[in-house]
Amino acid sequence: MAKSNEPIGWSLFSAGGMATAFFIPITIVLTSIVVPAGWIGAESLHDLLVLPLARLYLFVLISLALFHWAHRFRYVLVDLGLRNLAGILAITCYGAAVLGTIMAGFFLVSL
Amino acid sequence: MSDSKSEKMSKEYIRPMPADWWLKKKTYFLFMVRELTCVFVGGYALFLLVLTTRLGDPQGFAALLNSPPLIALQIIALPMVFYHSITWLNLTPMVMVLWRGEERVSPFLITVAMYVIWAIISIVILWIAFLYR
Repeated sequence: MAKSNEPIGWSLFSAGGMATAFFIPITIVLTSIVVPAGWIGAESLHDLLVLPLARLYLFVLISLALFHWAHRFRYVLVDLGLRNLAGILAITCYGAAVLGTIMAGFFLVSL
Repeated sequence: MSDSKSEKMSKEYIRPMPADWWLKKKTYFLFMVRELTCVFVGGYALFLLVLTTRLGDPQGFAALLNSPPLIALQIIALPMVFYHSITWLNLTPMVMVLWRGEERVSPFLITVAMYVIWAIISIVILWIAFLYR
């Protein structure tokens, strides 16, 4: 069998799918309903997210969500007819996820 | 194929696929909706990434969370990520095959457990956010 990086992409996609399924809906509810409605002040959410454990939460969630997006998006574009661009799409999508992970790590550590 | 030229080009037969194949059947369409939920997952990850740049600046943080266009985008994303969660959790028994001794744990039971975990996680996160208020 030919060597492939597919298992790495798929594992991150799978971990990302699970993490986003469990954590993203409630996080969106917090940032789009609970805070704007004033049930929780933006300042208190800010202070909560500065805590080390919350920063780790943000880092893991951002990174895994990006890898989940990258894997699905590259295949959905191929399914929609961009078969000839498959190689470029893979590099661009995973590259964006790697870049986003590095940026998230940088912002959250250098705080 | 008798044409030797095309035989040399490729042995792989690529079936032509019109770009609108996913509009032809309801199941194909729902598959495409499920796959496209990733755009909203990625978009929200980008929003969180921008939010992390405001963690040293409480006023900028509040301004970002209270921006009407960003709230609108998140409200649109919410049903899509719910659809992702539901389709993902429904598929877990296919990926996670558990055995209790000789007996296979019922796929339905695994799905129910997934929903229970999802509910607990959501309540705990909401609870922490409210406690920290």
